[in-house]
Formats: sequence, C-alpha cells, structure tokens
Amino acid sequence: MAAGTGRRWGLRVGHFGVVGLFTLFTAFPFYWMLVTTFKRTSDLLKRGNNPFVYNEAPTLENLRVLFQETLYVRWLVNTALVGVAVVVITLILAIPAGYALARLTGRWGEQLGIGIFLTYLVPPTLLFIPMSRVIGDLGLQDSLWSLVLVYPSFTIPFCTWLLMGFFKAIPRDLEEAAMIDGLSRFGAFVKVVIPISVAGVLTVVIFSFTLVMQEFVYALTFISSVRQMTVSVGVPTFLVHGDVYFWGSLMAGSFIASVPIAILYNFFVDRFIAGFTVGAIK
Amino acid sequence: MAIVETRDVRKHFGDVHAVDGVNLTTKEGEFLVLLGPSGCGKTTLLRMVAGLEDPTGGEILIGGQVVNDLPPRARKIAMVFQSYALYPHMRVFDNIAFPLRAQGVPRAEIPHKVEWAAGLFGIEKLLHRKPRELSGGERQRVALARAVVREPAVFLLDEPLSNLDAKLRTSARDELQQFQRRIGTTTIYVTHDQVEAMGLGDRIAVMQGGKVRQIGTPQEVYDEPADTFVAGFLGSPPMNLLEIPDCLVGFRPEHFLPKEAHESRDGLLALKFHISRIEYLGADRLLYGALEGKFPDTKVISKLASTVSTPVQPGKTQDFAVREKDFRFFDRETGLRTRPRPV
Repeated sequence: MAAGTGRRWGLRVGHFGVVGLFTLFTAFPFYWMLVTTFKRTSDLLKRGNNPFVYNEAPTLENLRVLFQETLYVRWLVNTALVGVAVVVITLILAIPAGYALARLTGRWGEQLGIGIFLTYLVPPTLLFIPMSRVIGDLGLQDSLWSLVLVYPSFTIPFCTWLLMGFFKAIPRDLEEAAMIDGLSRFGAFVKVVIPISVAGVLTVVIFSFTLVMQEFVYALTFISSVRQMTVSVGVPTFLVHGDVYFWGSLMAGSFIASVPIAILYNFFVDRFIAGFTVGAIK
Repeated sequence: MAIVETRDVRKHFGDVHAVDGVNLTTKEGEFLVLLGPSGCGKTTLLRMVAGLEDPTGGEILIGGQVVNDLPPRARKIAMVFQSYALYPHMRVFDNIAFPLRAQGVPRAEIPHKVEWAAGLFGIEKLLHRKPRELSGGERQRVALARAVVREPAVFLLDEPLSNLDAKLRTSARDELQQFQRRIGTTTIYVTHDQVEAMGLGDRIAVMQGGKVRQIGTPQEVYDEPADTFVAGFLGSPPMNLLEIPDCLVGFRPEHFLPKEAHESRDGLLALKFHISRIEYLGADRLLYGALEGKFPDTKVISKLASTVSTPVQPGKTQDFAVREKDFRFFDRETGLRTRPRPV
C-alpha cells in the first residue's frame, strides 16, 4: 500500500516536473524580453550583475527610444496590413484549391497535391533574386504591395496541402446529402464543408499570419524606405547600429510583436493541433 | 409520389461495368428492394437515380420525366445514406430543417414542419442536440426525419440499417415499413441482407454483376428463382443443387427432410443422406453431409425445424426425401430456369 502511494506520488512529481520544465522552457524567452525591456543599459552591461533580476532601478527609456525615435508603430501597422491581406488572399485561393485536389479522384489529385507542396520547399533565399526581377518589372519596389504579392507564393502551397488533408477527412456523403437536400455543389461546399473545416481554416489563418510576421529575406530585399518596413526588418535595421545593439529597445520591440500571436495560439491551440494532425494522416 | 423507371441504364468505370443495362420500373408507392452481394452495382444504380453519378448510357425517369440532366436537388428525391450523413456542426433541429431552408421554404413554416417530421419518428426531445450526442438508432431516425420533412416524391435508402446492432435492426425494420406504408411514398431500398429484403420489400430486384437477375415479390424470388444465382443467393443455407444428365436440379434445405417427416408418401423422391455434422441453431438444426447412391458425394444441407422429431445422428446414413414438386430445374450452361423433367 505504502509502495503504491509512493509510486503514485513519484509519477505525479515526474509528471509535473516535466510539465514545469516545458513551461519554463517556453516562457523563458518572454520573461527575458520583458525583463530586458525595462533594464538600464549600465545594468545590462555590467558583468557581475545577476542577469535575471533588476540590479538597478527599472526604466522606461528603452520604450521611449522604440516609440519616439523609430517608426515602430508604423511598422506594426504595416505588418498587420500585409498579414491580413496575405491571409485573405491565401484563404481565397487555398480553400478552393485544397477542396478541388481533395475531391479529384485517381492518382492525379494526390500527385498534384504533392507537387504543390514541393514548391513550398524551395527556400526564399533562392527565390528572392528572380522575385526581385518580377517586382521590379511590376514597379512595386519599395511598396508593401510587393510583399502582399510575394508572401502568398509560400503560404498558398503549404495551406493548400494542409486543407487538402482536412477536406479529405470529410466524408463525401455529407456533401452529397446536402446536394440532394437542395444545394448545388458550391452551396454544399460553402454551407457544409467549410463550417466543418473551421479548425483547418483557423490553422491556415494563424499559420499564414505568423509566416508574414517573421519573414525577413523578402521584406529586406523589396523594401528600402523606413515608412514601408515591417517589424521584422525595421527593428533590426534601426536598433542595431554596426556592433552597437540597443538591447532594451530590441527586446521591447520583439515582445510587443510576439505577445498577440502567443495569445492567439493559446486560444486556438487545440484546434490548431487538430488542424495539423488531420493534415498529417490523410 | 412518383414512378421511377430506368431504361437500359449503364455505368462503366473504365473496363468495369458496374451497372450493365438495367431496366426497372417501380410501381406507385411501392417499396422496391435492390438486393445483391457487394459490388453487384446496386448502390451505383441508386446513386444514378439520385443524380450523384452520371450514367454512361440509358435513361432514368422519375414521374415520367427524363432526369438524366437534372442535378440531385431538382429530382424531388430524398436519400438516407448508410452513414446517415448528418451535418455534424448542426443541431438535430437544423439538420432536419436543412432541406427546407435549402429549398427556400418560408421561415415561418419551418418549425412546424420540423416538429411534424420529428414527431413521426419520436425524436421531438432530441431537437436541440448535436449528432455526436445521439446513439446509432437516434441518428438513423434523424436521418429519416430529414428525408421525410420536405415530402419527396421518391425515397432512396442506402443500407440504412447496417450500422445498427442486430436487435435494434429488427425493430427499426418494422418501424421503417410501417412508416413507408403510412406515407405511401415510392421507396427504393438497397441492401445486401436478404432478411431485410424479404421482410421489407413489396418487390425485390436481385442484382449480380451489374445486371438484374430477377425481379418479383419476396415469395416469387424465393420460391421460383429465375436462375442458379438467385437460388444460391436467397435462402440461408442456399438451395442444394444436383447434377442430372441434362440439367441442374435444386431444392431448398427445408424441403429435404427425413422420409418419415413428410406428411404424405406420394410424389417423394427418396435419397440416401450421409450426415457428417449437425449444427444446432435453436429453432432449427442444420445437417451437413453428402448424398449416396444415385448422386454419390454431392454435398447437400438439410434444415430441420425443431418441430421435426425424427432422430438424426452425425456419421449415419439415413433415408431422406424431397417432394418432386419442390424441385426447381436450371439449364446447365446458362443457369436459367428450364422446364421440369423426371429426376
């Protein structure tokens, strides 16, 4: 009996130990960013200081630099605009494409699906050179529209593939029932298939938006004026001067940009995981 | 109500002829069962009537109108799927109301109609639930209610009972038939289960290899099978077949009884039966063995009702007999019924 309770306690400690470790691991970057945001530069640079706590009184100076001496707010707005536009474009194209590929019978559907996914694997570091020619010919240099045009080139293939798995998991019977019940195929798709695939659609939204927020190579190549930059380019460009890093402001900029995404993930984490696993099996 | 007619309907998937020239005509308000083994084309035929598959050839008529080019929604049909195909994201109420909304029934009429349909199947209390919160039997009723609610001209049912457990299936069968009689809508029902087919159908169309082998009342297809396939497919165990010089002769296991068990000695054909094994099934016993004498080593089965008290024993050869009028004769080459002849 005593051995049994001991074992149970052991399991419990092990369980919470593992959960605790993971929590620390994932929460640490946020803690580090938050602490550094309010640190004085002298506190940061003194070697003998404990880096996890404040050794000198906290300051708002770093935030002042971020908001008053850079166009940080502008960059945030730019990022959000591009993000929303890319998400909308991705949804408009990837949902019908994924559905069509999922329902295309025979081997063609599957091979096309794999082919589309493969294009996602071509790295931006290779593609940005030809892409910059395209952007140049279209006269979109130094415009946010260049990013709105280029980002879907990697969000659409992946999201199409992801949604294809999702749609494949939906029994055909449901659409057929809806078609008999009085809808056209398109009507059945809109009223039955899409509502059932909310998890997949959400996954696509979060995934595309995150990709846009973190993308660096294209944004750096196509955008040169300060007012058109996104967070991922603006922050390192203006808060790193040669070998001088404005650590406090850098961390503040990263923290503010990453928290909304983190909250979004937390709200939809179950559905997000469902989205990925369905896509994985089918 | 409407009559469904298929004229030389064919469906080919590449080289596979899933449905190969089917001519069928239902009667007004009839319960017609399509019966056959897996892959015989019965579901494909039903799906073509529904408009979910395009026929490779032939015509489909509903209510006298050729519907080949009409989409499913314009055919005035309702279909119940094997999986029930309930919309998982909608409550039962919305599931049943779905066809009404899709067809633009005035908003004010919808609750009234949904309640009427739910009332037919006793599911009024489930209207606020989601399909995943229902049992198999309840789901089936919701699927039926959804099919009935818009008062279709034809019902198409694709093995709607096969996902229920055996006990529930019996009661569901009974309810289904009563309900069909009450509303009197022409119904086409697909199944591979001969008990369902015999119990439910006004007529049964037995299909094999994409063709209709026989169509008739349950009694006709059982007692007067048109060919050896129908004779073998219907009946459990199937009909015994013996080879005689110019044809095949068949008789049902329940007609193959110990000599003493026959009421009259007239018109009997006596056969020596070596019993190798007996299966006791409660109401019946199945006797497996082989004939001796005139048809050496021909395997046959006898089905004795528990009311037959003649003692039987495995390992023994006993005198059995069949009434001559219970023999059915089939052509050896084509398998089709032929005229009776002396055995």
